[in-house]
Amino acid sequence: MGAVRLTFDPFDPGALLSDFSRGRAETGAVATFTGIARAEAGATTALELEAYPGFTEAEIGKFALAAMARFGLDDFAILHRVGRIAPGEAVVFVATAAKHRRAAFEACDYLMDYLKSRAPFWKKEHGPDGGRWVEPRAQDHADIARWDSGPLEKEPSS
Amino acid sequence: MARVLLFGRLADVAGWRDRVIEAPSLSALRARLVAEDAGLAEALAVRGVQVALDQVIVRGDAALSAATEVAFLPPMSGG
Repeated sequence: MGAVRLTFDPFDPGALLSDFSRGRAETGAVATFTGIARAEAGATTALELEAYPGFTEAEIGKFALAAMARFGLDDFAILHRVGRIAPGEAVVFVATAAKHRRAAFEACDYLMDYLKSRAPFWKKEHGPDGGRWVEPRAQDHADIARWDSGPLEKEPSS
Repeated sequence: MARVLLFGRLADVAGWRDRVIEAPSLSALRARLVAEDAGLAEALAVRGVQVALDQVIVRGDAALSAATEVAFLPPMSGG
């Protein structure tokens, strides 16, 4: 239960959502997030993401399993691009399934805050002036830190 | 002997990302890398650089066997 995958190839978020939603008669709620590479008005011609194969999936998997317990998820799926990514292409897809919407929304948000700040990727932005290694923005650190206070327990059934 | 992997800016600075290097311990390996490449030495000294042995993050020294995979990981950027 719960899948973490990396891919060098472009993917179709709609197809992933269809697959993930299929056969869930008891789930009730599926939330997804798709991150798309930005062109930044021509400043970024491509994004390059490097992972440590095996290690990266395992680290994300550990975090996601903890998130699954924290929010009482039925399931999750994470697909992340690596390699060279053109503006407009999907970089990341996260899906969460839960009995009720709040847990699905919040777990999806939580997983994305983790993926953007602490996940083992190394990111380079390519532009007209060459390549530049990028580190998380202050906002990315603040986004993941907000989950440290007041843990959001799984919602009572309603 | 160990298989040494560099990621992110470390690989850019060193000009390689995958090499087999003879060293009995992590500290000996690090000393060798630092001695042969001043640029890499500087990049490895940056705060937040982590080391993984066979895909597990370690702190401090460790013995290296013939099959050990040593990865030097610069600060993670997130996706």
